[in-house]
Amino acid sequence: MIPAPFAYHRPKSLAEATALLGQHADTARVLAGGQSLIPMMKLRLAAPDHLVDIGAIAELKGIARKGDSISIGAMTTQHELVASPLVAETVPIIRETSLLVADPQVRYLGTVGGNVANGDPGNDMPAVMMCLDASYRILGRGGERRVKAREFYRGAYATALADGEIVTAIEVPIPRAGHGYAYEKLKRKIGDYATAAAAVVLVADAGKISQCAITLSNLGDTPLNAEAAAAAVVGSSLDAAALAAAAKAARTIMAPAADTRGSVEYRTYVGGVMVERALKRALACSKT
Amino acid sequence: MAKTQVRMSVNGREVEALVEPRTLLIHFLREQLSLTGAHIGCDTTHCGACTVDLDGKSVKSCTLFAIQADGASITTIEGMANADGSLSALQEGFRMEHGLQCGFCTPGMIMRAHRLLKENANPSEEEIRFGISGNLCRCTGYQNIVKAIQYAAAKLSGAPAKEAAE
Repeated sequence: MIPAPFAYHRPKSLAEATALLGQHADTARVLAGGQSLIPMMKLRLAAPDHLVDIGAIAELKGIARKGDSISIGAMTTQHELVASPLVAETVPIIRETSLLVADPQVRYLGTVGGNVANGDPGNDMPAVMMCLDASYRILGRGGERRVKAREFYRGAYATALADGEIVTAIEVPIPRAGHGYAYEKLKRKIGDYATAAAAVVLVADAGKISQCAITLSNLGDTPLNAEAAAAAVVGSSLDAAALAAAAKAARTIMAPAADTRGSVEYRTYVGGVMVERALKRALACSKT
Repeated sequence: MAKTQVRMSVNGREVEALVEPRTLLIHFLREQLSLTGAHIGCDTTHCGACTVDLDGKSVKSCTLFAIQADGASITTIEGMANADGSLSALQEGFRMEHGLQCGFCTPGMIMRAHRLLKENANPSEEEIRFGISGNLCRCTGYQNIVKAIQYAAAKLSGAPAKEAAE
């Protein structure tokens, strides 16, 4: 399969990239790792006139600790996330999730910036970034702004990004040391999108949950923040009633598509199961 | 669409060519360089038959534009034999352990296993299976592919040669 023709640009700086994107406005697309966009272009579901490859921009690379948060450059690959000792130590749910994204070859090229910015409801990182209450740094002609992951997703492939804007970095507040976490992803095979997935980050004191966030992947047009489900387990030691209440509350906000991964009923059912499993595993690995 | 000059090292040879921006690396390798070892299987980033090594990464060459590889160093299955033409440890392993039947997935399997063993010289069976999870084989059931990679890992780490499989 051969994509439609396009003009290729490989800017060396962010200033050059935003100028190019400004100049070509809605006829340009940003090329990050290309592992979603290139397949779309081959199927001609995407046919941009201009492709702005941001792979040569050094400012978009790297993972660094900045005070109480971790800053991850948008062009950091999934492979680099998996290999990062800083990520493993401070936000291990990101490493766990990266290992569940696609397959080894795709992880060498696929980037975290592309994963979060594309707005594909099947992607795994958006829900995880929402769970961690991360923010995205966004650069456009008008300057820089920050948008919380929890406010970024508007619909399938619809996000807060305006034409010509680039996500440059993700800022992740470091959860408290000893926090519990889990990303439970039900999938048919390696490389597949989730049939249903749930992310949990929690803090427990002497076995009792004091803080909790639960988010969901591929169970709606956007990743979902299951606030009522999280509230249902705060104050509990995750007894059967609390688990069931969390699963029930999470199911009420799910609106998955019926597709080859299952019916609406099936995906909603297993979505609740993912919430229960993620909660149990997160509490079991918490060390407070 | 205007063509652009690209330059890269392929199997140790410097290559210069004109490409359209939309030319995928797999098409560049197969059609412009006549290196037909990397295969087009699914053409949808699933099967891994087109896997090549690019600057120390295993990549699916059907999901990368040749122009993105400008300046890169690439190894394909054609560059895997030893300098004297004898089979490399991985190639020998696939032969000795019957790691292939139809052979279509083999170039991609070997290129992926090559990078896997560079990063982890002594992988467990589970690590091998996870490491090749982006490569599909519809013949073998993977058992002998895993054995072939174990054979190569043992040989590369200096273990005594094993008897040939039946």
